Formats: sequence, structure tokens, C-alpha cells
Amino acid sequence: MPVKIVTEAFNPWEILQSHEQNLQEKAGKCGALSNFIGRMRDYNEGDDVTQMYLEHYPAMTTAHLNTICEEAMQKWDILDCLIVHRVGEINPTDTIVLVAAWAGHRGSAFSACRYLIEELKHRAPFWKRETLLNGDVRWVEKNTSGDL
Amino acid sequence: MSVTVKFFASLREVLGKGELSITIETPTDIATLWEAATEGKPFPEHILIAINQHYVEINSVVNNDDEVAFFPPVTGG
Repeated sequence: MPVKIVTEAFNPWEILQSHEQNLQEKAGKCGALSNFIGRMRDYNEGDDVTQMYLEHYPAMTTAHLNTICEEAMQKWDILDCLIVHRVGEINPTDTIVLVAAWAGHRGSAFSACRYLIEELKHRAPFWKRETLLNGDVRWVEKNTSGDL
Repeated sequence: MSVTVKFFASLREVLGKGELSITIETPTDIATLWEAATEGKPFPEHILIAINQHYVEINSVVNNDDEVAFFPPVTGG
């Protein structure tokens, strides 16, 4: 149930592959893997965005992400979960976040994966500051809704 | 009696400080601590508060050696 905060660009597919290689005895029980990858867009609220800085509250961030994983493990019949989140300077198309849930069946995997990302967005203390094409710098004031 | 106060993101920039140690009589309340830490600036709307890395409401009690953080709504992910 690893939680990682990273300061360098990461390849989510490599992380998933590496984690799957370490599932060991759980591997044969995992009939479903659901994952969400969030990337930086090059626009926001009608403006071109050239760069982003992601700040966080280190001691609180790690504790909250671990709590969110533990809650997902308790709520659904999942075998493992994973959260990786980037901080620092980020460029468009870079991966910001990877969450994943492994389960015996798709229902639990889908539900747990959605829970991980929605709770992260509502509770984990990260803040985005974006630089626009015209040089302006502004803090993102709220996340977009994840509703269907 | 000492309390560590932290401000993050846009709130840190507005206030011009990120972390300070406040000598204050404890237990105290969030409003009194905010006033001491910000020289009486008005408390912004929608600000979140954490004591020792746990979210709390504004009516929570602050004790000696606590770490109290104030920050705007979170925007990760």
C-alpha cells in the first residue's frame, strides 16, 4: 500500500508494472486493476498555461494519503492500492498523480480507485500555482468537480 | 507557552510569512492565535485549519507545543 510524493517526472506505467511485479502471492488473486492518471493541461479557465508549481504540507500530506488508502482497503474488498503524487515544478503533459486499486473483481477496483482520487482531491493538502502564457502567476482556487 | 503557526500557498504570500513560533498563553482558541500570528488581520473566508496535521474546526482548542496550520482550499490531483 505504498504512498509516494515525488519531485521528479515519473512514468505511471513503469510504476504500475514495477508494483505488479511485487504483488507476489496476491498476483493470482487480482482479477482487476483500476487506475487513474492525472496530467497537467496546457490551459485552464480559458487561459494558456505554461507551467505549474505544486506546493504541499509534507507531514500532513503523507499522513492523509496513507489514511485514504487505509479507508479504501476497509471499505472495499481490494488487495492493494497505490498513490503517487508529484510536487514542485511541473510542465504540461507531465503526470501529476497516479492512483490504483487491485481487487478480485472490477466493482471493488473501480469504486476504490474513484474513492482514492476524489478523497485526495478533497482532503490532501496540495496547492497548484500556475504560470500563464502572458507571464501572469495565479493560484488555482478550487478543483473541478469529479461528478459524472 | 509556544505554538508553531504555518501558512501555506496563497495565504502565505498574502501574509508574507510561512512559519512562526508564537508565545501565547495556552490553552487558547484559534481566533486568538490567528490574531496574534497575523497582527490582527481579518480571518479569510474558506480557510482550512489543521492542528498537528489533523483538520479541525475554528472552535478548536490550541495547546502548548501544537503545530497549527492555516491554508486555502486544497487543489491537488
